[in-house]
Amino acid sequence: MSLKAEAATEKGGTAERHRKMRGYGAPLLFLLPASILILLFFIIPVITTVVLSLTDISTLTFRNPSWAGLENYRRLFNDPFIPKILGNTARYLVLTLLFNVTMGLVLAILTSLIPERWGDNFRALWLVPRIMPPVVYVFVWQGLLARAPFGLISDLSGINKGWITAAPWTTIILANGFVGASFGMLLFTSAIRAIPRDLFYASAVDGASTWQTVRRVVLPLLRWPILFVTVYQTLSLLTSFEYILLLTNGGPGLFKTTVWSLHAYKIALSNYFGNVEFALGAAMATFLVFIGVALSLIYMRVFNFNELVSEPKIEVN
Amino acid sequence: MPILPPRWRIFLITLGIIALPIVIGLVWILLTALFDRVHGLIPQAGLGRENWRFLWQGSLSGRPTIWVALLNSLLFSATVALIEVLVSAMAAYAIARMRFPLRRAYLGFALMLHAFPAISLIIAIFFILRLLGLFDTLIGVILVKASLELPLGIWLMKGFFDNLSWEMEMAALVDGASRWTVFWRIALPLVRPGILALGTFALLSAWGEFILPFTLIVSGRSWTLALYLQSFTSEAFVDFGLMAAVGLFYALPVILFFLLGQRYLLNIYSGGVKG
Repeated sequence: MSLKAEAATEKGGTAERHRKMRGYGAPLLFLLPASILILLFFIIPVITTVVLSLTDISTLTFRNPSWAGLENYRRLFNDPFIPKILGNTARYLVLTLLFNVTMGLVLAILTSLIPERWGDNFRALWLVPRIMPPVVYVFVWQGLLARAPFGLISDLSGINKGWITAAPWTTIILANGFVGASFGMLLFTSAIRAIPRDLFYASAVDGASTWQTVRRVVLPLLRWPILFVTVYQTLSLLTSFEYILLLTNGGPGLFKTTVWSLHAYKIALSNYFGNVEFALGAAMATFLVFIGVALSLIYMRVFNFNELVSEPKIEVN
Repeated sequence: MPILPPRWRIFLITLGIIALPIVIGLVWILLTALFDRVHGLIPQAGLGRENWRFLWQGSLSGRPTIWVALLNSLLFSATVALIEVLVSAMAAYAIARMRFPLRRAYLGFALMLHAFPAISLIIAIFFILRLLGLFDTLIGVILVKASLELPLGIWLMKGFFDNLSWEMEMAALVDGASRWTVFWRIALPLVRPGILALGTFALLSAWGEFILPFTLIVSGRSWTLALYLQSFTSEAFVDFGLMAAVGLFYALPVILFFLLGQRYLLNIYSGGVKG
């Protein structure tokens, strides 16, 4: 792009145009590394995903794949397991969101009702699941829920069984929820802090109880952050499969806890089924990519984008 | 809230009860790693020296040694953080301070990518790395990890540059300094809090990263600690003591960081960093 610009100015530009074009050299240089990386690992992958989904590429046809049109999509629609996987995905989304948002709210409100120092300590403690390496975090869950003598639940309850296999969905939602709750907690906490003090004094003067203050003053003002957290986490949960992969690997049994993104990943990249079907996995990922693009475009409208891009104050070239 | 409710101690106790699983989890891994046998969080036998054999026994059944994995993890996290901070600071500086065509579109695009769930691209990224000859190399995973977090970094750093006053930079430019000199010598040192925040976030996130190396690395010589620990779960008999010790070893920097920098951690994660 810079070469093109240079060439254009060399040919027929006036001095004015020449000066202006050279002025873009600096921004180009500053943006170059980021642009290359974004091109390589965002833009090209989006196109590649769609293109792969229209071929028949798999381990068998890796050397010379051929065009398959919409065949993969037709296969998906006729796959008898897809309804089950869709149901799992909905279940995972709804229950985890419910846990995350409720727990985030409870934590934000409770930590705001105790002395600041204590509140900060508890909020920091809830960041531990988030900053723990996922493999270690999941291992702790596996350990707590394992058979005796290691499994704490088996030890304490006296019922010695593999609790993850016994209650895979509860485990997945709790494990995801303990990580996800902190996102809402932090956002709601800063929203509560932004509430004008006068409102609290006014409700105290009116003789409102703590519960009434929370119910009538705080919660109505959190409506917007709650919506934001819900939409944001819907998008990230829809595509996240890391904890499910580590906890149950989609089992126990046939697709018991397999969600859409995990299924796409396993079809395309895990050697589990022998013949790895990249194209079919890519077709599933295409749906996620399109939902991702659509929802993130909506975000740009929700965020006040114009405020973020105020013109640079002074320009010296 | 500005007024402390009269019965705040009840809320404190409630919070303590809700947070119990986190505390119990931490205590469990600590005890399981340190003792030979633990029953219901009560040690039943002496110190479990055997749990830590991965430190001195070299390679455990065909795995690379822990030191190879540790070195790879250190290299991986440090390089990811370095690339992420530098590249996003450069792009953010251009967006915050320079005029160029499509500037609005560029920021809008970065913002959109920030919300976009990049993990859905993993299948395509697998192919692209193969094409580039970077599959199964540490440098390939480093580039992918740093790139996927760039939108967040650009967005975060732009906010920091926007809050700088422009006077000093303008004075330097009028004195004939180049844009690069101004960026490197004046603007970058002034946004140190931003660099620290993004750098810490990138370090923690890369240190824990699992899916990317799991998918894009095959050979043991490029294993990170996440892959090393994970490899023990595929054994027929899971050695919880050994795994707890490896896990504790792996998570130690994170735990230390948590103990020393709680307030700082809260600031970073409250400051709009993606969750």
